[in-house]
Amino acid sequence: MEFTSKDLGNARTVLKIRGLKVGLVGRPGAAPVLDGIDLDIRAGETHCLVGESGSGKSVTSLCAMGLLPRGALETTGGSIDLEGIEITTARPARMRELRARRIAMIFQEPMTALNPVLRVGEQIEEVLNMHTDLSQSEARSRTIDMMEQVHLPDVQRIYSAFPHQLSGGQRQRIMIAMALILDPDLLIADEPTTALDVTTQLQILKLIAEMQHRHGTAVLFITHDMGVVAEIADTVSVMQSGRIVERAPIRDLLTNPQETYTRKLLQAVPNLAPRAARGAAAAPDVITVKALDMTYGGGGFFRKAAGVKAAQDVSFAIAPGRTLGIVGESGSGKSTVARCILRLIDPTAGQVTVAGTEIAHLSRRQLQPHRKHFQIVFQDPYRSLNPRWTVARSLCEGPVNFGTPREAAMSHAAELMALVDLPRDALDRYPHQFSGGQRQRIAIARAVAMKPDLLVADEAVSALDVSVQAQVLDLLDDIQEKFGVAMLFITHDLRVAAQICDEVLVMQKGRVVEQGPAAAVLSDPAHTYTRTLIEAAPGRLWDFANFRALDHAPARQGATA
Amino acid sequence: MTEIPQSRHSAFQVLTGLFSLPAGARIGIGPMIAAVILVVIVLASVLAPLYVPYDPLSMNAMARLKPPSPEHLLGTDPYGRDTFSRVMTGGRVSLLIGVGAAVVSVAIGLAIGLVAGFFRLADSIIMRIMDSLMAIPAILLAIALVALNGPSLMSVIIAITVPEVPRVVRLVRSVVLSAREEPYVEAAIALGSSMPRILIQHLMPNTFAPLIVQGTYICASAILIEAILSFLGAGVSTEIPTWGNIMAEGRTYFQIKPGLIFWPGLLLSLCILAINLLGDTARDLLDPRMKKREG
Repeated sequence: MEFTSKDLGNARTVLKIRGLKVGLVGRPGAAPVLDGIDLDIRAGETHCLVGESGSGKSVTSLCAMGLLPRGALETTGGSIDLEGIEITTARPARMRELRARRIAMIFQEPMTALNPVLRVGEQIEEVLNMHTDLSQSEARSRTIDMMEQVHLPDVQRIYSAFPHQLSGGQRQRIMIAMALILDPDLLIADEPTTALDVTTQLQILKLIAEMQHRHGTAVLFITHDMGVVAEIADTVSVMQSGRIVERAPIRDLLTNPQETYTRKLLQAVPNLAPRAARGAAAAPDVITVKALDMTYGGGGFFRKAAGVKAAQDVSFAIAPGRTLGIVGESGSGKSTVARCILRLIDPTAGQVTVAGTEIAHLSRRQLQPHRKHFQIVFQDPYRSLNPRWTVARSLCEGPVNFGTPREAAMSHAAELMALVDLPRDALDRYPHQFSGGQRQRIAIARAVAMKPDLLVADEAVSALDVSVQAQVLDLLDDIQEKFGVAMLFITHDLRVAAQICDEVLVMQKGRVVEQGPAAAVLSDPAHTYTRTLIEAAPGRLWDFANFRALDHAPARQGATA
Repeated sequence: MTEIPQSRHSAFQVLTGLFSLPAGARIGIGPMIAAVILVVIVLASVLAPLYVPYDPLSMNAMARLKPPSPEHLLGTDPYGRDTFSRVMTGGRVSLLIGVGAAVVSVAIGLAIGLVAGFFRLADSIIMRIMDSLMAIPAILLAIALVALNGPSLMSVIIAITVPEVPRVVRLVRSVVLSAREEPYVEAAIALGSSMPRILIQHLMPNTFAPLIVQGTYICASAILIEAILSFLGAGVSTEIPTWGNIMAEGRTYFQIKPGLIFWPGLLLSLCILAINLLGDTARDLLDPRMKKREG
């Protein structure tokens, strides 16, 4: 795989952070949030800050912007030097000026960073109006020019569009245009592609690299995704609990990491190599889905309105102990399929047979006794457990509904805690006392408590840090081995799908475009869309866990935007 | 960042939280003063029969419209009744109506709102009824009720409650509508929990915090509406002194004896100010967005 190779030998240093310390306001005894950060970024360099959630990546960037949340965090030591200007002590008015002209920032979620009631063109122009003396028409033409530079289509129309009328990728382009229009020295990008689909992500990464090349901007890129790092970084700093534990040029870091933490982080990164094939089970299929259709809306009182076809003609079957992955970008209908099978929504047409019973069109009451056969684990571990309930109460809810006496359910819950590797006293605690990964374990335990035949995991590891992700995937594998449960695994991340799935089903705009054994689909995709997805997977040519390039690069040919 | 345990939103904790000041919550001096004023007014009103020097209803033709004196602290009214005793006793009924209207409308609104929020079919019907109830002005309804049943505590509470219920229903419904989309509610459906169980165990606790805030506003507005009704002669019968009817009777003598309106008016304003301020404080403390800003 090719890394970026820039010669930065003579480049001037744009940002110099020395011994930066940040602590909680009013709690001098607490552990510092940042503990002695040193960082240098040169003009034209892309410096990646990686680490798991809570490691202090975002706080570092906020410090550089002078945007620490007032009353919560404060700088307690060190210096941040932006080409001779000391930021830690700069006055607010000075900081405002610096923020537009010298440092700019783009965020993860461009929808919330843009003002929903102003036209996007005006929002870019406002930056010019506030910080330059350009006339109205000059500002306008410069805005249009900038929008063309970020490759927005049909610039005149988009100029007068509102944020909600644009796609996520277009909104992020607007953000980039806004950030770069005053030609800042430093661009801080805080997880700018995390909320985007892989194909869009690839385009945005390319765009940032292109803009950087054209303007010579220094980029501080914050991400948790090692794949993204491998694609764009010149230098990488690995953060762990408020410290930078290792810093190295990208090739050195990926081939020869020095710190154990870095090694651990890299080893947890999934790659696109499919798992070793498992023998097919002889038992009959646990779930059979035939010609499942789901159309949202439609109906209409006076005339038949055309609904949104979220899923069309989806068919598959899963045998006990096997895992089927549904992959696709947002809006492809993968979650709709999961929710139809769980009967959280009612499918428009088609058959779903779980454990021998056709359930697609049963009434809620008729469905009730069959619910124990299929369970779901949701994406967001922070919202999938009732925050007011103890873990024990959550775990007992299902079994008690199906007539298990409370004492039996409680003792079973204690066994489940051991199964998902949590201490027994976790039962009496509340969800907020656990980390994201622990909560996801609890959610899995809750689903397993029902002894289901089918476990649906809807983006179950997408919200987790990569090392936690690997542990949760292992846990799911263990559970499958122990109970022989069939699993439907829904994910947008092909790398995760490769780790756990026996078969893969690729969806696009509600339709199944490709379906087959994981090894076949991932290494020899038949459909262009599958190929595009694979090509867009960041860092797909690198085997992070073994610190070397992948020998057999999957899917060489194919078109990527 | 560091783990800051969030306080849970159970009703009990909300209640204790308001008194014991949870760690990290910053309550300004304003709400503290409000709380002290409110406690003093409530205690003074509830315990009034124990300490007021005169029967608030006993007339004395010899002592009409007396100025304040050690004998009559706030003077007397045109019938020779002791103003101090009347004002302090009058608070009891005003506060009773305030609390009564708040409790009744919150209880009814909660029940209806939960059903409307969870069952789509019931929702459209219930909300249309609520819309039409909202169109009834409290004052006209009270006058009609009083005309039918005669002036009584019950008809005043009903008159105040009826137009408040739809507001509570809307609040509860909106909380339920957003909470039912939470994955933990969907998980409960997948675990086979029955609808009533989900409604009461998963969804209802979400409504407690906003209801406590709404309740305080209803309480303040009910006290105010009661005063207006009494002023118009459509309130509680004049045999029971309330702040409203004391002021109503005093208005004829306002020129020569402003104290008859001033003292009950002062207590009324202080009381409502204090309740609203505490309501605001409760809202700030319970609002997760405010919490995020602090954490």
